[in-house]
Amino acid sequence: MANKKFKCTTCGYIHEGDKAPETCPQCNAPASAFVELKAEKKLPTTSNGYTFAYVAAMVVVVAFLLSFVSSSLRERQDANVKLDTKKQILYSLNVDVKSVNPDAYFTENVKDMILKGDTIVEYKGEFVTNYEAESKDKKDKDDKVIEEGRLHVFVCNLNGQTKYVIPVYGAGLWGAIWGYVALNDDKNTVFGTYFSHASETPGLGAKIDTPKFQKQFEGKLVGDSTSVKISVVKNGKVKDAKYEVDGISGGTITSTGVDAMLKNCLGNYTKFLKR
Amino acid sequence: MSSKKNKEALLTPLGLNNPVTVQVLGICSALAVTAKLVPAIVMGISVTIITALSNVVISCLRKTIPLRIRIIVQLVVVAALVTIVSGVLKAFAYDISVQLSVYVGLIITNCILMGRLEAFAMQNDPWPSFLDGVGNGLGYAKILIIVAFFRELFGSGTLFATDTQPGINVLNHDFVANAGYVNNGLMLMPPMALIIVACIIWWQRAHNKDLQQK
Repeated sequence: MANKKFKCTTCGYIHEGDKAPETCPQCNAPASAFVELKAEKKLPTTSNGYTFAYVAAMVVVVAFLLSFVSSSLRERQDANVKLDTKKQILYSLNVDVKSVNPDAYFTENVKDMILKGDTIVEYKGEFVTNYEAESKDKKDKDDKVIEEGRLHVFVCNLNGQTKYVIPVYGAGLWGAIWGYVALNDDKNTVFGTYFSHASETPGLGAKIDTPKFQKQFEGKLVGDSTSVKISVVKNGKVKDAKYEVDGISGGTITSTGVDAMLKNCLGNYTKFLKR
Repeated sequence: MSSKKNKEALLTPLGLNNPVTVQVLGICSALAVTAKLVPAIVMGISVTIITALSNVVISCLRKTIPLRIRIIVQLVVVAALVTIVSGVLKAFAYDISVQLSVYVGLIITNCILMGRLEAFAMQNDPWPSFLDGVGNGLGYAKILIIVAFFRELFGSGTLFATDTQPGINVLNHDFVANAGYVNNGLMLMPPMALIIVACIIWWQRAHNKDLQQK
């Protein structure tokens, strides 16, 4: 059986035979310099059965890995999202979130309330982050309403002054947009805003999350006794400076989305804001 | 561990075998993220990490991968890695993950990843593959940073600006404006990235005989 292979470790010469040669024909190294090359076991990487088995195994392994990672990180991620929501609410109140501990500041100064009729009562549940889902009626299997949707209002004590923060949500060009509108205690004058988005066009619609866009809203009025009048109009087309702010040129659909979002969501609070 | 071959795997992508200017891979993302320096740097780092990791994984699996579906396997590895990395970021560095948002997803579509997996990791051991991944990631980052530097400097007149931070103001001064200088809006458009990349390729080929076509 002359099918074993030996490799010379000095020069790399490969000898085929039963045992290593006395000396290497290339570099005259002694037999001890040779090592046997074990034939590599080749996997049947071209067979159909192997391919199918491989795919099945890969899918199971990857699915298990991903679900493990996602479930083990879920709690931390949720905590992060909650903290981020609190930061966004504080941002709309023009609180510098870098100079305070957002969590502690929020607990101390902000009260999570919900609208009941035309007044607000304290919200006793856990802090939530999805206000669109909150505002919808909860239904059971038979489509019966088991719980009315909740409209949240955050009442904030800011250096002795009372501010109301109302969460708003809507649709932009590519995906969800949302924000928080802080009002003075007359429940009409805007004190500050925060807007953000999931996937608006960078450089255009995505500009709604810049201070430049958000600061425009300060001092505007939400509406009069009949309707919500605050609106985002085409850039440079502001007629009524009491209610209107400039949109973003090139981000028309996102701007209209912000406009609709404000009208829809603030409209839900008409009873609360009227006085 | 640091043989000549390994050194080559790490260092040639930075110069003579640069993924962007020589292999001409990853151009699409080079256009998208180079209008400002900060996203370019972030994207460079992320691609380096993911290329290195996926190179190692594929290199470990290379002898078992069925030939006919190897691209699918590579894609699954990359996608799984990206998903895990973005999940970990979301749990432990939430602010960074918000900033990265779209870029992490963009990594999956980066041709450098697939290119290196197919061309290098499928034939080489894990350690050289790791070095190759790091080298190519850094080579990509280098070009991105050069392009972003010029685009941001001449397009916006700033350096290291982000959406929330103004960055370093270089050219937006009154005396510059009075001298008649205006920021070049074309610099912020994607075509300008192509032109700058082309200039880098031109410069590089003019200085390297090896790269010139006979």
